[in-house]
Amino acid sequence: MTTLVFSEEVDGHASASALELTTKAAGLGEVVVFHVGPGAADAIEALGAHGAATVHHLDPGDGLPAPIAAAAIADLVSSDPPPVILFGMGNTDRDVAGRLSARLGSPVLAAATDFSIDPVRVTSEILGGSQQVITEATVPSPALVVARPKAFVAEPGDGGAPEVIAVEPPDVGRSGSAVVVERHVEEGEGPDLEAANVVVSGGRGIGDAESWHLIEELAAELGGAVGATRAVVDAGWVPYSLQVGQTGKTVKPAVYLAAGISGAMQHLVGMKDSTTIIAINKDPDAAIFGIADLGVVGDVHQVVPRLIEALKSRS
Amino acid sequence: MKIAVCVKQIPDPATPYELDPETHFVVRPEDQVLDDTDRYGVEIGLQLADANEGSVTLFSMSPSGSLQGIRQALAMGADKAVLIDDEALQGSAALTTARVLAAAIEREGFDLVIAGTESTDGYTGVVPQQIAEILDVPSLTFAKRVEVSDGQVEIDRQTEAGYDVVRSPLPVVLAVTSGSVEPRYPTFKGIMEAKKKPIDTLTAAELGFEPDDVGTGGSGQSITGVEPIASRQAGEVIEDDGEAHLRIIGLLEESKVI
Repeated sequence: MTTLVFSEEVDGHASASALELTTKAAGLGEVVVFHVGPGAADAIEALGAHGAATVHHLDPGDGLPAPIAAAAIADLVSSDPPPVILFGMGNTDRDVAGRLSARLGSPVLAAATDFSIDPVRVTSEILGGSQQVITEATVPSPALVVARPKAFVAEPGDGGAPEVIAVEPPDVGRSGSAVVVERHVEEGEGPDLEAANVVVSGGRGIGDAESWHLIEELAAELGGAVGATRAVVDAGWVPYSLQVGQTGKTVKPAVYLAAGISGAMQHLVGMKDSTTIIAINKDPDAAIFGIADLGVVGDVHQVVPRLIEALKSRS
Repeated sequence: MKIAVCVKQIPDPATPYELDPETHFVVRPEDQVLDDTDRYGVEIGLQLADANEGSVTLFSMSPSGSLQGIRQALAMGADKAVLIDDEALQGSAALTTARVLAAAIEREGFDLVIAGTESTDGYTGVVPQQIAEILDVPSLTFAKRVEVSDGQVEIDRQTEAGYDVVRSPLPVVLAVTSGSVEPRYPTFKGIMEAKKKPIDTLTAAELGFEPDDVGTGGSGQSITGVEPIASRQAGEVIEDDGEAHLRIIGLLEESKVI
């Protein structure tokens, strides 16, 4: 049975979720990928190596991709619909999934951590990962499954170069009138958040943007990556690429150190599978202490500088 | 300029959510609050209405309970609310919600539709895009900055790599992130005025939906099971006595990361 996987090109590469989902789908049968972006050779090769037999490639140019990608996918699946179309949690993934579901009348099954295609059955984590629900699709149209990051492991196999089919951007009328006029890349420093062995994350409890350097210094001392809660990203202290949680990155490092983070459900779901969790928070009732291996009730402005000093004196 | 703002009333996120063992849906108490993420959409709507001689109408699909959350948004300054309140809508999936909201918005007419990026209780995160597809307009999503002038909308849209500046002529659906603006707090005058503001109530049938199209039956999915996930156990919690950093170092050593 064929599975369709959505892929967005990010900075010249296939997205991490596209490679995870392609690997998973390859274990279930034939994989067709719908790839949106300039079409870098590295992205196409990686999709093939992870198991894609065919890649339909749409270059949206300066158009906002979702309306044209949704129309093109709807066209692609009209004659022989696959049981599921897989998406990651990326912003363009969610834009395309939403528009496509309205076009096809298909349900969106979100926050998936596992699924089967015959029958279409999806396991999703809800309520901050405290419970999981099993949902079955009850309509014949393809179910759109939006999977959580790292629910599946990306493994390059011996798949060769896929067949690439160029997709002409369909005319979608006024839905397609949004254009991208500037692109900004915000480079993070230090190790990659999603791959790091140690992650030091800060929340609102850090107090203000001026104190954020404490998190950066501690991360640097530990050779770790910097993460943040949504509140900190929304406050503009750090870019979105550092957000850990439901609508950001999912991390599973050896050590996750949470400073000034209360532990909202939406944050916990992105880091609860870390091997060891250390939390510092002045509120003894903070939810983060419920899952921390070591919880320190104290002021981050006291504890973190002492920790940095002690680490420095070791080296 | 006619501005439609989609809002949702949710159970207070500070209280633990429960699932109904029969339906597997989140139990909705009588008192629900305005989803915090919607305050940003309301604020942007109000600012744009001020600058462009516009009006702000709230749209909400709210099956039951009090109108506390809607009143909160009216107290911030929205002009009126349209509530789709119908028992048949219980158990509706994201796509049904989008269809119902889009039908109500189209009925009133619109130049701009504003929604939050995702709700705090459900977070499927696709309703704004679905509404846009149904209304056949662009979806400007994940907006962290919004400007409207001369019939053009410009936003900074969060991307995986950073952000893009995206521009489109009106009408559009805009989905805004929390933090895109600083939402105002309702004033006492605003709270008093909100009590007198009109709230129109519609049923699904009045918008042209058959009972089988909406609710659980029209969702295209059925929940077949719910199970708890084994949660990790809380470890030790200590008070910082000036030496707590040494305990942290001990655990870092044990974890072999230093």
